[in-house]
Amino acid sequence: MEVFGIWVAAFLTLCIYSFLYRDNPFYRFAEYLFVGVSVGYVFVLTTHQGFIPLAWKPFWAAITGESLIGLIKLIPICIGLLFFTRFSTQHQWLVRYPIAILIGAGSGLAIPNVLRANIFEQTRGTIEPFAAIHAGTLSAGEIFGAILMVIGVVCTLTYFFFSIEHRGPIKWVSKVGIAFLMIGFGSAFGNTVMGRVALLIQRVDFLLNDWGGTIF
Amino acid sequence: MIKITQWIVVCLVLCVSVGIAFSQGLSPPSNVTAVDTPNDDGSSVTIKWDAAPEDSGISGYQILRRIAGGGLEEIGEMLPAGTTTYVDATIEKGNVYAYIVRAVTETEATVDSNETAPTTGTDEWFHTGRIPLFVAMLLFGAAIVWNIYDARSGKEIFVRRIPGLEAVDEAIGRATEMGRSILYVLGLGGVSGPATIASMTILGQVARRTADYETPLRVPCRDPIVMSVVREMVKASYLDEGRPDAYNEENIFYLTSGQFAYAAGVDGMMIREKPAAVFLQGTFYAESLILAETGNSIGAIQIAGTDSEHQLPFLITACDYTLIGEELYAASTYLSREPMLLGSLKGQDWGKVLIFASLVLGVLLELSGVNWITTLLQRVG
Repeated sequence: MEVFGIWVAAFLTLCIYSFLYRDNPFYRFAEYLFVGVSVGYVFVLTTHQGFIPLAWKPFWAAITGESLIGLIKLIPICIGLLFFTRFSTQHQWLVRYPIAILIGAGSGLAIPNVLRANIFEQTRGTIEPFAAIHAGTLSAGEIFGAILMVIGVVCTLTYFFFSIEHRGPIKWVSKVGIAFLMIGFGSAFGNTVMGRVALLIQRVDFLLNDWGGTIF
Repeated sequence: MIKITQWIVVCLVLCVSVGIAFSQGLSPPSNVTAVDTPNDDGSSVTIKWDAAPEDSGISGYQILRRIAGGGLEEIGEMLPAGTTTYVDATIEKGNVYAYIVRAVTETEATVDSNETAPTTGTDEWFHTGRIPLFVAMLLFGAAIVWNIYDARSGKEIFVRRIPGLEAVDEAIGRATEMGRSILYVLGLGGVSGPATIASMTILGQVARRTADYETPLRVPCRDPIVMSVVREMVKASYLDEGRPDAYNEENIFYLTSGQFAYAAGVDGMMIREKPAAVFLQGTFYAESLILAETGNSIGAIQIAGTDSEHQLPFLITACDYTLIGEELYAASTYLSREPMLLGSLKGQDWGKVLIFASLVLGVLLELSGVNWITTLLQRVG
Protein backbone atom coordinates (compact mmCIF):
# COMPACT_ATOMS: atom_id res chain seq x y z
CA MET A 1 0.00 0.00 0.00
CA GLU A 2 2.91 2.32 0.84
CA VAL A 3 4.48 1.64 -2.55
CA PHE A 4 1.16 2.46 -4.23
CA GLY A 5 1.07 5.80 -2.34
CA ILE A 6 4.63 6.60 -3.47
CA TRP A 7 3.71 5.86 -7.09
CA VAL A 8 0.61 8.07 -6.92
CA ALA A 9 2.65 10.91 -5.35
CA ALA A 10 5.42 10.53 -7.96
CA PHE A 11 2.91 10.46 -10.83
CA LEU A 12 1.17 13.61 -9.57
CA THR A 13 4.51 15.36 -8.98
CA LEU A 14 5.54 14.62 -12.57
CA CYS A 15 2.11 15.72 -13.84
CA ILE A 16 2.52 19.10 -12.12
CA TYR A 17 6.13 19.48 -13.31
CA SER A 18 5.00 18.78 -16.88
CA PHE A 19 3.57 22.32 -16.79
CA LEU A 20 7.16 23.54 -17.17
CA TYR A 21 7.01 22.25 -20.75
CA ARG A 22 3.48 23.46 -21.63
CA ASP A 23 -0.15 22.96 -20.68
CA ASN A 24 -1.09 19.32 -21.27
CA PRO A 25 -3.76 16.76 -20.24
CA PHE A 26 -1.56 15.39 -17.43
CA TYR A 27 -1.17 18.80 -15.83
CA ARG A 28 -4.88 19.46 -16.31
CA PHE A 29 -5.73 16.17 -14.61
CA ALA A 30 -3.47 16.94 -11.62
CA GLU A 31 -4.78 20.49 -11.43
CA TYR A 32 -8.45 19.48 -11.37
CA LEU A 33 -7.72 16.72 -8.88
CA PHE A 34 -5.74 19.09 -6.63
CA VAL A 35 -8.46 21.77 -6.73
CA GLY A 36 -11.26 19.23 -6.13
CA VAL A 37 -9.48 17.45 -3.29
CA SER A 38 -8.55 20.75 -1.60
CA VAL A 39 -12.17 21.97 -1.76
CA GLY A 40 -13.37 18.73 -0.18
CA TYR A 41 -10.63 18.85 2.44
CA VAL A 42 -11.43 22.45 3.39
CA PHE A 43 -15.13 21.60 3.63
CA VAL A 44 -14.47 18.69 6.00
CA LEU A 45 -11.97 20.75 8.02
CA THR A 46 -14.39 23.67 8.38
CA THR A 47 -17.18 21.33 9.42
CA HIS A 48 -15.15 19.41 11.99
CA GLN A 49 -13.03 22.25 13.38
CA GLY A 50 -15.48 25.11 12.98
CA PHE A 51 -19.14 24.26 12.64
CA ILE A 52 -19.40 21.20 14.95
CA PRO A 53 -17.34 22.37 17.97
CA LEU A 54 -18.11 26.09 17.76
CA ALA A 55 -21.75 26.14 16.68
CA TRP A 56 -23.47 22.76 16.72
CA LYS A 57 -22.20 21.25 20.00
CA PRO A 58 -22.85 24.29 22.24
CA PHE A 59 -26.20 24.85 20.56
CA TRP A 60 -27.21 21.22 20.98
CA ALA A 61 -26.10 21.33 24.64
CA ALA A 62 -28.42 24.31 25.10
CA ILE A 63 -31.33 22.51 23.44
CA THR A 64 -30.89 19.44 25.63
CA GLY A 65 -30.62 21.67 28.72
CA GLU A 66 -27.03 20.57 29.43
CA SER A 67 -25.58 24.08 29.25
CA LEU A 68 -27.84 27.05 28.53
CA ILE A 69 -24.85 29.30 27.76
CA GLY A 70 -24.87 27.71 24.30
CA LEU A 71 -28.00 29.73 23.51
CA ILE A 72 -25.74 32.74 23.00
CA LYS A 73 -24.42 30.94 19.91
CA LEU A 74 -27.79 31.67 18.30
CA ILE A 75 -26.60 35.21 17.60
CA PRO A 76 -23.58 34.29 15.43
CA ILE A 77 -25.51 31.38 13.90
CA CYS A 78 -28.32 33.71 12.79
CA ILE A 79 -25.79 36.26 11.46
CA GLY A 80 -24.08 33.47 9.53
CA LEU A 81 -27.38 32.23 8.14
CA LEU A 82 -27.93 35.66 6.60
CA PHE A 83 -25.26 34.71 4.04
CA PHE A 84 -27.78 32.31 2.54
CA THR A 85 -30.16 35.17 1.73
CA ARG A 86 -28.05 35.60 -1.42
CA PHE A 87 -30.15 32.86 -2.96
CA SER A 88 -33.33 34.93 -2.67
CA THR A 89 -33.61 37.90 -5.03
CA GLN A 90 -36.07 39.55 -2.65
CA HIS A 91 -33.91 39.27 0.48
CA GLN A 92 -30.36 39.28 -0.85
CA TRP A 93 -29.75 42.79 0.49
CA LEU A 94 -29.58 41.17 3.93
CA VAL A 95 -26.21 39.63 3.03
CA ARG A 96 -24.64 43.05 3.59
CA TYR A 97 -25.16 42.76 7.36
CA PRO A 98 -22.95 39.71 7.99
CA ILE A 99 -20.36 41.10 5.57
CA ALA A 100 -20.32 44.44 7.41
CA ILE A 101 -20.02 42.69 10.78
CA LEU A 102 -17.21 40.49 9.51
CA ILE A 103 -15.21 43.36 8.01
CA GLY A 104 -15.84 45.59 11.05
CA ALA A 105 -14.88 42.95 13.60
CA GLY A 106 -11.90 41.80 11.53
CA SER A 107 -10.55 45.31 11.10
CA GLY A 108 -11.16 46.08 14.77
CA LEU A 109 -9.11 43.06 15.76
CA ALA A 110 -6.37 43.62 13.18
CA ILE A 111 -5.74 47.38 13.34
CA PRO A 112 -4.62 47.65 17.02
CA ASN A 113 -2.22 44.74 16.53
CA VAL A 114 -0.83 46.23 13.33
CA LEU A 115 -0.32 49.60 15.06
CA ARG A 116 1.33 47.94 18.02
CA ALA A 117 3.64 45.54 16.17
CA ASN A 118 4.39 47.46 12.96
CA ILE A 119 4.46 51.04 14.20
CA PHE A 120 5.07 51.49 17.93
CA GLU A 121 7.36 48.51 18.45
CA GLN A 122 9.34 49.26 15.27
CA THR A 123 9.76 52.92 16.22
CA ARG A 124 10.95 51.94 19.69
CA GLY A 125 13.34 49.37 18.22
CA THR A 126 14.85 52.05 15.98
CA ILE A 127 15.36 54.54 18.81
CA GLU A 128 16.50 52.17 21.57
CA PRO A 129 20.09 51.55 20.36
CA PHE A 130 20.79 55.26 20.90
CA ALA A 131 20.36 54.73 24.65
CA ALA A 132 23.18 52.19 24.39
CA ILE A 133 25.23 54.70 22.39
CA HIS A 134 24.73 57.20 25.25
CA ALA A 135 25.78 54.52 27.75
CA GLY A 136 28.86 53.80 25.59
CA THR A 137 28.20 50.06 25.31
CA LEU A 138 28.05 49.79 21.50
CA SER A 139 30.94 49.05 19.15
CA ALA A 140 31.71 51.30 16.17
CA GLY A 141 30.01 48.84 13.80
CA GLU A 142 26.86 48.73 15.91
CA ILE A 143 26.76 52.54 16.11
CA PHE A 144 27.03 52.68 12.30
CA GLY A 145 24.20 50.14 12.05
CA ALA A 146 21.94 52.15 14.38
CA ILE A 147 22.55 55.40 12.45
CA LEU A 148 22.02 53.64 9.11
CA MET A 149 18.75 52.21 10.45
CA VAL A 150 17.41 55.67 11.35
CA ILE A 151 18.44 57.09 7.97
CA GLY A 152 16.78 54.15 6.22
CA VAL A 153 13.54 54.47 8.20
CA VAL A 154 13.31 58.25 7.69
CA CYS A 155 14.02 58.04 3.94
CA THR A 156 11.66 55.09 3.36
CA LEU A 157 8.93 56.78 5.38
CA THR A 158 9.34 59.88 3.20
CA TYR A 159 8.70 57.75 0.08
CA PHE A 160 5.35 56.72 1.53
CA PHE A 161 4.05 60.28 1.95
CA PHE A 162 1.24 60.50 -0.54
CA SER A 163 -0.31 63.91 0.11
CA ILE A 164 2.81 65.90 -0.74
CA GLU A 165 4.50 66.21 -4.08
CA HIS A 166 7.90 64.54 -4.29
CA ARG A 167 9.94 67.49 -5.48
CA GLY A 168 13.27 69.02 -4.52
CA PRO A 169 14.86 67.54 -1.37
CA ILE A 170 11.84 65.29 -0.69
CA LYS A 171 12.32 63.68 -4.10
CA TRP A 172 15.95 62.85 -3.32
CA VAL A 173 15.22 61.63 0.19
CA SER A 174 12.46 59.35 -1.13
CA LYS A 175 14.84 58.06 -3.81
CA VAL A 176 17.27 57.06 -1.08
CA GLY A 177 14.27 55.40 0.64
CA ILE A 178 13.52 53.37 -2.50
CA ALA A 179 17.18 52.34 -2.66
CA PHE A 180 16.92 51.05 0.93
CA LEU A 181 13.73 49.18 0.00
CA MET A 182 15.35 47.56 -3.03
CA ILE A 183 18.38 46.45 -1.00
CA GLY A 184 15.97 44.88 1.50
CA PHE A 185 13.97 43.21 -1.27
CA GLY A 186 17.15 41.90 -2.87
CA SER A 187 18.25 40.19 0.32
CA ALA A 188 14.73 38.80 0.90
CA PHE A 189 14.69 37.53 -2.69
CA GLY A 190 17.95 35.65 -2.25
CA ASN A 191 16.85 34.26 1.10
CA THR A 192 13.52 32.98 -0.24
CA VAL A 193 15.03 31.56 -3.44
CA MET A 194 17.35 29.48 -1.26
CA GLY A 195 14.27 28.19 0.58
CA ARG A 196 12.54 27.32 -2.71
CA VAL A 197 15.63 25.50 -3.97
CA ALA A 198 15.52 23.46 -0.76
CA LEU A 199 11.90 22.52 -1.59
CA LEU A 200 12.92 21.48 -5.11
CA ILE A 201 15.76 19.37 -3.73
CA GLN A 202 13.26 17.69 -1.37
CA ARG A 203 10.99 16.79 -4.31
CA VAL A 204 13.86 15.57 -6.49
CA ASP A 205 15.11 13.55 -3.52
CA PHE A 206 11.65 11.99 -3.24
CA LEU A 207 11.62 11.09 -6.93
CA LEU A 208 15.15 9.71 -6.93
CA ASN A 209 15.26 7.90 -3.63
CA ASP A 210 11.68 7.07 -2.53
CA TRP A 211 10.18 6.49 -5.96
CA GLY A 212 13.42 5.33 -7.58
CA GLY A 213 13.90 2.95 -4.67
CA THR A 214 10.69 1.14 -5.60
CA ILE A 215 11.86 0.72 -9.21
CA PHE A 216 15.52 -0.22 -8.84
CA MET B 1 10.16 -9.70 56.66
CA ILE B 2 10.13 -8.11 53.15
CA LYS B 3 7.59 -5.50 54.31
CA ILE B 4 9.76 -4.55 57.30
CA THR B 5 12.78 -4.16 54.96
CA GLN B 6 10.73 -1.94 52.61
CA TRP B 7 9.63 0.26 55.52
CA ILE B 8 13.22 0.61 56.70
CA VAL B 9 14.38 1.63 53.21
CA VAL B 10 11.57 4.22 52.88
CA CYS B 11 12.32 5.64 56.35
CA LEU B 12 16.01 5.84 55.54
CA VAL B 13 15.39 7.67 52.26
CA LEU B 14 13.06 10.12 54.02
CA CYS B 15 15.55 10.69 56.84
CA VAL B 16 18.39 11.28 54.34
CA SER B 17 16.26 13.71 52.28
CA VAL B 18 15.12 15.66 55.33
CA GLY B 19 18.67 15.58 56.70
CA ILE B 20 20.11 16.98 53.46
CA ALA B 21 17.37 19.60 53.31
CA PHE B 22 18.08 20.76 56.86
CA SER B 23 21.84 20.52 56.43
CA GLN B 24 21.58 22.92 53.46
CA GLY B 25 19.24 25.20 55.39
CA LEU B 26 16.53 24.71 52.73
CA SER B 27 13.59 26.90 53.50
CA PRO B 28 10.20 26.73 51.77
CA PRO B 29 9.29 29.33 49.12
CA SER B 30 7.81 32.33 50.91
CA ASN B 31 4.95 34.71 50.17
CA VAL B 32 3.36 32.37 47.65
CA THR B 33 0.23 33.86 46.10
CA ALA B 34 -2.08 32.65 43.37
CA VAL B 35 -4.30 35.22 41.70
CA ASP B 36 -6.41 35.40 38.59
CA THR B 37 -4.24 36.67 35.70
CA PRO B 38 -5.40 40.20 34.91
CA ASN B 39 -6.63 41.20 31.44
CA ASP B 40 -7.25 37.70 30.12
CA ASP B 41 -10.25 35.56 29.24
CA GLY B 42 -10.21 33.74 32.57
CA SER B 43 -8.13 30.86 31.29
CA SER B 44 -5.11 31.31 33.56
CA VAL B 45 -3.95 31.86 37.14
CA THR B 46 -0.65 33.55 38.04
CA ILE B 47 1.42 32.11 40.91
CA LYS B 48 4.11 34.32 42.46
CA TRP B 49 6.65 33.76 45.20
CA ASP B 50 9.73 35.49 46.61
CA ALA B 51 13.13 34.83 45.10
CA ALA B 52 15.29 32.51 47.20
CA PRO B 53 18.76 33.74 48.27
CA GLU B 54 21.54 32.70 45.89
CA ASP B 55 23.14 30.34 48.47
CA SER B 56 19.86 28.61 49.34
CA GLY B 57 20.83 25.44 47.46
CA ILE B 58 17.59 25.45 45.45
CA SER B 59 18.04 24.13 41.91
CA GLY B 60 14.47 24.55 40.75
CA TYR B 61 10.77 24.76 41.53
CA GLN B 62 7.89 22.44 40.82
CA ILE B 63 4.32 23.75 40.92
CA LEU B 64 1.64 21.56 42.46
CA ARG B 65 -2.05 22.21 41.94
CA ARG B 66 -5.13 21.08 43.82
CA ILE B 67 -8.58 21.30 42.29
CA ALA B 68 -11.12 21.94 45.10
CA GLY B 69 -11.81 18.67 46.86
CA GLY B 70 -9.16 16.74 44.91
CA GLY B 71 -5.56 15.66 45.38
CA LEU B 72 -2.34 17.44 44.52
CA GLU B 73 -0.96 17.12 40.98
CA GLU B 74 2.28 18.35 39.44
CA ILE B 75 1.81 20.81 36.59
CA GLY B 76 4.30 21.93 33.98
CA GLU B 77 8.01 21.29 33.82
CA MET B 78 10.53 21.97 36.58
CA LEU B 79 11.21 25.72 36.69
CA PRO B 80 14.77 27.10 36.92
CA ALA B 81 16.06 28.40 40.28
CA GLY B 82 15.66 32.14 39.56
CA THR B 83 11.96 31.86 38.67
CA THR B 84 9.46 33.77 40.81
CA THR B 85 6.35 33.62 38.61
CA TYR B 86 4.40 30.88 36.88
CA VAL B 87 1.27 31.24 34.77
CA ASP B 88 -0.97 28.19 34.87
CA ALA B 89 -2.81 28.38 31.55
CA THR B 90 -4.30 24.89 31.84
CA ILE B 91 -7.18 25.74 34.17
CA GLU B 92 -10.86 25.38 33.42
CA LYS B 93 -13.19 28.27 34.03
CA GLY B 94 -15.45 27.71 37.04
CA ASN B 95 -13.07 25.40 38.95
CA VAL B 96 -11.36 26.53 42.16
CA TYR B 97 -7.62 25.92 42.43
CA ALA B 98 -4.99 26.07 45.19
CA TYR B 99 -1.25 25.88 44.59
CA ILE B 100 1.92 24.80 46.35
CA VAL B 101 5.40 25.76 45.18
CA ARG B 102 7.89 22.97 45.83
CA ALA B 103 11.57 23.94 46.10
CA VAL B 104 13.92 21.21 44.85
CA THR B 105 17.66 20.91 45.50
CA GLU B 106 20.29 19.27 43.32
CA THR B 107 20.14 16.21 45.60
CA GLU B 108 16.38 15.93 44.91
CA ALA B 109 15.51 17.07 48.44
CA THR B 110 12.25 19.02 48.47
CA VAL B 111 10.40 21.43 50.67
CA ASP B 112 6.88 22.71 50.05
CA SER B 113 5.43 26.16 50.55
CA ASN B 114 2.12 26.71 52.30
CA GLU B 115 -0.91 26.11 50.14
CA THR B 116 -2.27 29.32 48.60
CA ALA B 117 -5.78 30.56 49.17
CA PRO B 118 -8.25 29.05 46.66
CA THR B 119 -8.62 31.05 43.49
CA THR B 120 -10.41 30.85 40.17
CA GLY B 121 -9.96 32.32 36.70
CA THR B 122 -12.27 35.16 35.73
CA ASP B 123 -12.49 36.91 32.40
CA GLU B 124 -12.21 40.69 32.11
CA TRP B 125 -14.22 42.85 29.75
CA PHE B 126 -11.51 45.48 29.40
CA HIS B 127 -7.77 45.02 28.97
CA THR B 128 -6.52 47.88 31.13
CA GLY B 129 -2.99 47.40 29.81
CA ARG B 130 -4.20 48.48 26.37
CA ILE B 131 -5.52 51.91 27.47
CA PRO B 132 -2.45 53.79 26.08
CA LEU B 133 -2.93 51.99 22.75
CA PHE B 134 -6.62 52.89 22.82
CA VAL B 135 -5.75 56.58 23.38
CA ALA B 136 -3.22 56.45 20.52
CA MET B 137 -5.86 54.92 18.25
CA LEU B 138 -8.38 57.57 19.25
CA LEU B 139 -5.90 60.31 18.34
CA PHE B 140 -5.09 58.62 15.05
CA GLY B 141 -8.81 58.13 14.34
CA ALA B 142 -9.49 61.79 15.18
CA ALA B 143 -6.82 62.89 12.67
CA ILE B 144 -8.46 60.79 9.96
CA VAL B 145 -12.00 61.99 10.76
CA TRP B 146 -10.80 65.62 10.78
CA ASN B 147 -9.28 65.20 7.31
CA ILE B 148 -12.34 63.39 6.00
CA TYR B 149 -14.49 66.37 7.04
CA ASP B 150 -11.95 68.67 5.41
CA ALA B 151 -12.10 66.70 2.18
CA ARG B 152 -15.90 66.60 2.24
CA SER B 153 -16.08 70.34 2.69
CA GLY B 154 -14.47 70.65 -0.73
CA LYS B 155 -10.87 71.31 0.29
CA GLU B 156 -8.45 70.15 -2.40
CA ILE B 157 -6.29 67.24 -1.23
CA PHE B 158 -3.28 66.40 -3.31
CA VAL B 159 -2.33 62.77 -4.00
CA ARG B 160 1.04 62.17 -5.60
CA ARG B 161 1.40 60.21 -8.81
CA ILE B 162 1.56 56.42 -8.38
CA PRO B 163 3.17 55.02 -11.57
CA GLY B 164 1.63 51.54 -11.41
CA LEU B 165 -1.88 52.96 -11.38
CA GLU B 166 -1.41 55.04 -14.48
CA ALA B 167 -0.93 51.73 -16.25
CA VAL B 168 -4.42 50.50 -15.24
CA ASP B 169 -6.10 52.23 -18.19
CA GLU B 170 -3.33 51.05 -20.49
CA ALA B 171 -3.84 47.43 -19.35
CA ILE B 172 -7.62 47.55 -19.74
CA GLY B 173 -7.30 49.25 -23.12
CA ARG B 174 -4.85 46.59 -24.30
CA ALA B 175 -7.21 43.78 -23.24
CA THR B 176 -10.09 45.49 -25.05
CA GLU B 177 -8.11 45.96 -28.25
CA MET B 178 -6.93 42.35 -28.21
CA GLY B 179 -10.43 41.07 -27.43
CA ARG B 180 -9.16 39.15 -24.43
CA SER B 181 -10.21 39.03 -20.79
CA ILE B 182 -8.73 40.64 -17.68
CA LEU B 183 -7.82 38.38 -14.78
CA TYR B 184 -8.06 39.93 -11.32
CA VAL B 185 -6.52 37.90 -8.48
CA LEU B 186 -7.34 39.11 -4.96
CA GLY B 187 -4.76 36.95 -3.20
CA LEU B 188 -5.24 34.69 -0.24
CA GLY B 189 -6.39 37.22 2.37
CA GLY B 190 -9.72 37.07 4.18
CA VAL B 191 -12.44 39.67 3.78
CA SER B 192 -11.24 41.65 6.81
CA GLY B 193 -7.61 41.86 5.71
CA PRO B 194 -6.61 45.49 4.94
CA ALA B 195 -4.88 44.42 1.70
CA THR B 196 -7.98 42.52 0.54
CA ILE B 197 -10.21 45.50 1.32
CA ALA B 198 -7.87 47.80 -0.64
CA SER B 199 -7.77 45.29 -3.48
CA MET B 200 -11.56 45.11 -3.61
CA THR B 201 -11.76 48.92 -3.83
CA ILE B 202 -9.29 48.90 -6.74
CA LEU B 203 -11.32 46.13 -8.35
CA GLY B 204 -14.42 48.33 -8.07
CA GLN B 205 -12.62 51.02 -10.10
CA VAL B 206 -11.26 48.50 -12.62
CA ALA B 207 -14.81 47.12 -13.03
CA ARG B 208 -16.10 50.61 -13.89
CA ARG B 209 -13.70 50.76 -16.82
CA THR B 210 -14.36 47.17 -17.97
CA ALA B 211 -18.08 47.97 -17.86
CA ASP B 212 -17.46 50.90 -20.21
CA TYR B 213 -15.27 48.90 -22.61
CA GLU B 214 -17.30 45.65 -22.28
CA THR B 215 -14.10 43.75 -21.48
CA PRO B 216 -14.65 40.41 -19.68
CA LEU B 217 -13.38 40.60 -16.10
CA ARG B 218 -12.59 37.21 -14.49
CA VAL B 219 -12.12 37.01 -10.70
CA PRO B 220 -11.25 33.62 -9.18
CA CYS B 221 -11.73 33.83 -5.39
CA ARG B 222 -10.08 31.86 -2.65
CA ASP B 223 -12.59 32.83 0.04
CA PRO B 224 -16.36 32.39 -0.48
CA ILE B 225 -17.11 35.48 1.61
CA VAL B 226 -14.68 37.56 -0.44
CA MET B 227 -16.48 36.23 -3.51
CA SER B 228 -19.85 37.46 -2.15
CA VAL B 229 -18.45 40.94 -1.43
CA VAL B 230 -16.68 41.14 -4.79
CA ARG B 231 -19.86 40.18 -6.64
CA GLU B 232 -21.71 42.99 -4.84
CA MET B 233 -18.96 45.53 -5.58
CA VAL B 234 -18.54 44.66 -9.23
CA LYS B 235 -22.31 44.61 -9.74
CA ALA B 236 -22.51 48.08 -8.14
CA SER B 237 -19.74 49.35 -10.46
CA TYR B 238 -21.56 48.05 -13.55
CA LEU B 239 -24.80 49.62 -12.31
CA ASP B 240 -23.05 52.96 -11.66
CA GLU B 241 -21.75 52.94 -15.22
CA GLY B 242 -25.23 52.20 -16.52
CA ARG B 243 -24.21 48.78 -17.85
CA PRO B 244 -26.01 46.20 -15.65
CA ASP B 245 -26.53 44.06 -18.78
CA ALA B 246 -22.75 43.64 -19.20
CA TYR B 247 -22.35 42.23 -15.67
CA ASN B 248 -21.86 38.47 -15.57
CA GLU B 249 -21.95 36.95 -12.08
CA GLU B 250 -20.39 33.71 -13.33
CA ASN B 251 -17.12 35.52 -14.00
CA ILE B 252 -16.60 35.97 -10.25
CA PHE B 253 -16.35 32.51 -8.78
CA TYR B 254 -14.96 30.45 -5.93
CA LEU B 255 -12.01 28.30 -6.92
CA THR B 256 -10.62 26.67 -3.78
CA SER B 257 -9.26 27.67 -0.38
CA GLY B 258 -6.12 25.54 -0.66
CA GLN B 259 -3.09 27.78 -1.26
CA PHE B 260 -1.25 25.82 -3.95
CA ALA B 261 -4.40 24.30 -5.40
CA TYR B 262 -5.57 27.89 -5.93
CA ALA B 263 -2.26 28.75 -7.57
CA ALA B 264 -2.51 25.67 -9.83
CA GLY B 265 -6.09 26.59 -10.78
CA VAL B 266 -5.24 30.23 -11.58
CA ASP B 267 -2.18 29.16 -13.56
CA GLY B 268 -4.35 26.82 -15.61
CA MET B 269 -6.78 29.66 -16.32
CA MET B 270 -3.94 31.95 -17.38
CA ILE B 271 -2.51 29.38 -19.78
CA ARG B 272 -5.88 28.44 -21.33
CA GLU B 273 -7.66 31.80 -21.42
CA LYS B 274 -4.55 33.91 -22.05
CA PRO B 275 -5.84 37.14 -20.45
CA ALA B 276 -4.25 40.31 -21.82
CA ALA B 277 -3.96 41.89 -18.37
CA VAL B 278 -3.41 40.30 -14.97
CA PHE B 279 -3.95 42.15 -11.71
CA LEU B 280 -2.38 40.56 -8.63
CA GLN B 281 -3.61 42.74 -5.79
CA GLY B 282 -3.94 41.69 -2.15
CA THR B 283 -2.23 39.35 0.28
CA PHE B 284 0.12 36.78 -1.20
CA TYR B 285 2.34 34.08 0.19
CA ALA B 286 4.61 31.51 -1.44
CA GLU B 287 2.35 31.23 -4.52
CA SER B 288 3.12 34.83 -5.61
CA LEU B 289 6.03 33.90 -7.89
CA ILE B 290 4.14 30.94 -9.40
CA LEU B 291 1.29 33.28 -10.38
CA ALA B 292 3.46 36.18 -11.52
CA GLU B 293 5.81 33.96 -13.53
CA THR B 294 2.93 32.28 -15.38
CA GLY B 295 1.36 35.67 -16.11
CA ASN B 296 4.70 36.81 -17.45
CA SER B 297 5.09 33.71 -19.64
CA ILE B 298 1.78 34.36 -21.45
CA GLY B 299 2.82 37.94 -22.19
CA ALA B 300 0.08 39.61 -20.13
CA ILE B 301 0.59 43.10 -18.80
CA GLN B 302 0.81 42.58 -15.04
CA ILE B 303 0.02 45.08 -12.31
CA ALA B 304 0.72 43.77 -8.83
CA GLY B 305 0.31 45.21 -5.36
CA THR B 306 0.74 43.70 -1.94
CA ASP B 307 1.65 44.48 1.64
CA SER B 308 3.27 41.05 2.06
CA GLU B 309 6.83 42.33 2.19
CA HIS B 310 8.38 38.89 1.62
CA GLN B 311 6.53 38.52 -1.69
CA LEU B 312 7.24 42.00 -3.01
CA PRO B 313 10.66 41.06 -4.47
CA PHE B 314 9.04 38.36 -6.61
CA LEU B 315 6.25 40.61 -7.83
CA ILE B 316 8.71 43.42 -8.61
CA THR B 317 10.81 40.93 -10.61
CA ALA B 318 8.02 39.29 -12.60
CA CYS B 319 5.40 42.05 -13.03
CA ASP B 320 5.36 45.22 -15.11
CA TYR B 321 4.23 47.47 -12.27
CA THR B 322 4.12 46.81 -8.55
CA LEU B 323 2.42 48.76 -5.80
CA ILE B 324 4.67 48.51 -2.76
CA GLY B 325 3.04 48.15 0.65
CA GLU B 326 1.03 51.24 1.48
CA GLU B 327 0.84 52.25 -2.17
CA LEU B 328 -1.78 49.51 -2.41
CA TYR B 329 -3.92 51.32 0.17
CA ALA B 330 -3.30 54.68 -1.49
CA ALA B 331 -4.17 53.22 -4.89
CA SER B 332 -7.88 52.99 -4.20
CA THR B 333 -7.85 56.68 -3.19
CA TYR B 334 -5.86 57.65 -6.27
CA LEU B 335 -8.29 55.91 -8.57
CA SER B 336 -11.57 56.88 -6.94
CA ARG B 337 -10.75 60.39 -5.55
CA GLU B 338 -13.52 59.87 -3.02
CA PRO B 339 -13.44 62.50 -0.25
CA MET B 340 -13.63 59.86 2.45
CA LEU B 341 -10.60 57.98 1.14
CA LEU B 342 -8.72 61.21 0.43
CA GLY B 343 -9.28 62.38 4.00
CA SER B 344 -8.19 59.01 5.33
CA LEU B 345 -5.00 59.13 3.25
CA LYS B 346 -4.17 62.63 4.51
CA GLY B 347 -4.84 61.49 8.10
CA GLN B 348 -2.43 58.60 7.62
CA ASP B 349 0.21 61.05 6.40
CA TRP B 350 -0.28 63.01 9.62
CA GLY B 351 0.38 59.78 11.49
CA LYS B 352 3.61 59.36 9.54
CA VAL B 353 4.66 62.91 10.46
CA LEU B 354 4.11 61.95 14.09
CA ILE B 355 6.26 58.83 13.71
CA PHE B 356 8.89 60.91 11.95
CA ALA B 357 8.89 63.45 14.80
CA SER B 358 9.02 60.68 17.44
CA LEU B 359 12.02 59.14 15.68
CA VAL B 360 14.04 62.34 15.42
CA LEU B 361 13.12 63.57 18.90
CA GLY B 362 13.57 60.10 20.40
CA VAL B 363 17.06 59.73 18.94
CA LEU B 364 18.12 63.17 20.20
CA LEU B 365 16.68 62.54 23.68
CA GLU B 366 18.22 59.07 23.95
CA LEU B 367 21.61 60.54 23.03
CA SER B 368 21.14 62.98 25.92
CA GLY B 369 20.21 60.17 28.29
CA VAL B 370 16.48 60.97 28.42
CA ASN B 371 14.32 57.98 27.55
CA TRP B 372 10.73 59.05 28.04
CA ILE B 373 9.79 58.57 24.36
CA THR B 374 11.01 54.96 24.46
CA THR B 375 9.08 54.40 27.70
CA LEU B 376 5.95 55.92 26.16
CA LEU B 377 6.27 53.74 23.05
CA GLN B 378 6.81 50.70 25.24
CA ARG B 379 3.62 51.44 27.18
CA VAL B 380 1.61 52.03 24.02
CA GLY B 381 3.05 48.90 22.39
